[in-house]
Amino acid sequence: MMGLLQGRNLPLMVGSLLVCGITASVLLASWLTSYDPTAVDPPRALQPPSSHHPLGTDRLGRDVLSRVLHGGRVSLLAGGAAVAVGAGIGVPVGVACGYWGGKADLVVMRLVDGLMAFPALLLALLTVSALGPGHLQAIAAVGIVLIPVFARFSRAQTIVVRNREFVLAARALGGSALSILHTHILPHLTGPLLVQLTAAFSGAVLAEASLSYLGLGAQPPTPSWGGMLQEARDVLFVAPWLAVGPGAALFLTVLGSNLLGDGLRDLLDPHAPRTTHL
Amino acid sequence: MGPYLLRRLLSVPPVLLGIATLTFLALHAIPGDLAAVLLELEGRPEEVARLREALGLHRPLAVRYLEWLGRLVRADLGNSTALGEPVVRLLAARLPVTISLALTSMAIALSLGVSLGILAAGRQGSFLDLLLLAGSQVGLAIPSFLLGTLLLLAFAAAVPAFPLQGYVPFVHSPLEWARHLALPALTLGLDRAAVLIRIVRASVLEELHQDYVRTAYGKGLPEAAILRRHVLPNALIPVLTVAGMQLGYLFGGALVVEQVFGLPGLGRLAVQGIYARDAAVVEGAVLTLALLLVLLNLAVDLLYAALDPRITYET
Repeated sequence: MMGLLQGRNLPLMVGSLLVCGITASVLLASWLTSYDPTAVDPPRALQPPSSHHPLGTDRLGRDVLSRVLHGGRVSLLAGGAAVAVGAGIGVPVGVACGYWGGKADLVVMRLVDGLMAFPALLLALLTVSALGPGHLQAIAAVGIVLIPVFARFSRAQTIVVRNREFVLAARALGGSALSILHTHILPHLTGPLLVQLTAAFSGAVLAEASLSYLGLGAQPPTPSWGGMLQEARDVLFVAPWLAVGPGAALFLTVLGSNLLGDGLRDLLDPHAPRTTHL
Repeated sequence: MGPYLLRRLLSVPPVLLGIATLTFLALHAIPGDLAAVLLELEGRPEEVARLREALGLHRPLAVRYLEWLGRLVRADLGNSTALGEPVVRLLAARLPVTISLALTSMAIALSLGVSLGILAAGRQGSFLDLLLLAGSQVGLAIPSFLLGTLLLLAFAAAVPAFPLQGYVPFVHSPLEWARHLALPALTLGLDRAAVLIRIVRASVLEELHQDYVRTAYGKGLPEAAILRRHVLPNALIPVLTVAGMQLGYLFGGALVVEQVFGLPGLGRLAVQGIYARDAAVVEGAVLTLALLLVLLNLAVDLLYAALDPRITYET
């Protein structure tokens, strides 16, 4: 077994398998379970796992499997959207600062340092307290936390590429800044950025789940993994199985995404110290 | 050392001012009227206007900011609108809980992370190394509130060795303090140990491949002595910086873990403040947590400079 796996990128294989499997089951939620995730059925409340309800039912008699699968849409979408917000704003800002430098770069980077001085979850909490609890607000909060991360990362990458010979040559040949950015700099950022996006995604899913656990993210009856774990906490000793579904889904998503990031790093950046095969 | 110390100390006030400004802007400059929110839907326009005037919301933002900053410098954080108590008194009651939790979990994270990281590096490629790396990967992926819930199930429900919720101050009963803090600190500590194991392992492995280690082997020194006297002092210096960075995560994690274990700390106060739309409480809790973090990071940096003489030449 070990021999068969020798030399292969095990993190990439396991990570992609987990991420694809979870994404597929979340997308196919309506086909995989016939229960409505918000349909209340009080007489069937807190039933242990059975053939009808493989993960049991919650306090209001709702099918937990259906809620885990539909809740996955909320959690994964929140993670993806938060990363899109963070990268969508952070990357252009970072690339511009890295390429042009100057006073604007100094000011923006001081602001970025200031934002990064806050613990991530504290900054998210501050944003949610400003915007009020809710699903979109939680996405915005996590997105804002990610902006300085992406800005600093893409700035550093741009500075490295900016001083390479081929960029200097393109500049000497009279290439415009935009065309140099587009044809020479951005393609070099894609690989490292992809790794960073994967890492940020697992962090964003975790952060959104944390906010939902605190009751500040997706609001009931919308299912989300963090919110479901909070509900499970209230009846932990009566119905411990309630924590299994959302807990396992969240754990496997973060694990898969972390492994995928490690695997991609090994694949796209062969010079970086290899992560171990686990 | 002197110039570095001075520069590092001088960097603290601007960071604190930045944090305070950001907190003010987040809570005071947002769209939406605090007076309308406080009176909810029942507030008639004239009532809202009266409350706006009473709260001073009708004045320009810059004036309010300067006034707010002036009060902040005098440690006057105002009164909680929900609890009717001075925020400073609320914070003083909650601060020891969060500090106890942060320090005990850091101690757990450091002792587990460093010892297991060294163990894994010493046996690179062995089954034990693989097991520890797999364990740390699991630790990285498991959210603290899930780990906390599992620990509660195992050690407070199945085997009722630890209390389910609450906190007892150290001065009342050190034993009860430790019992109440054990599971939350273990939750946060394991979470951070997962990160530290990997960093310690990588750092020790890097040092093991340095020339001076080969020389030490060449001199015929025993392996244990090489590891203890040569490798570890060098390998653990970067670990200190990373441990300092973990403090931020630790305070973030404390927000959630306090909720899981019903610990009356700053994080729980902040979350309760958000539920109650109590801006003064949120502001106080956030600023105190940020101040704690800045001071702890300063302590780590100074320790770093004291341990590694090269740091003075770099700055």
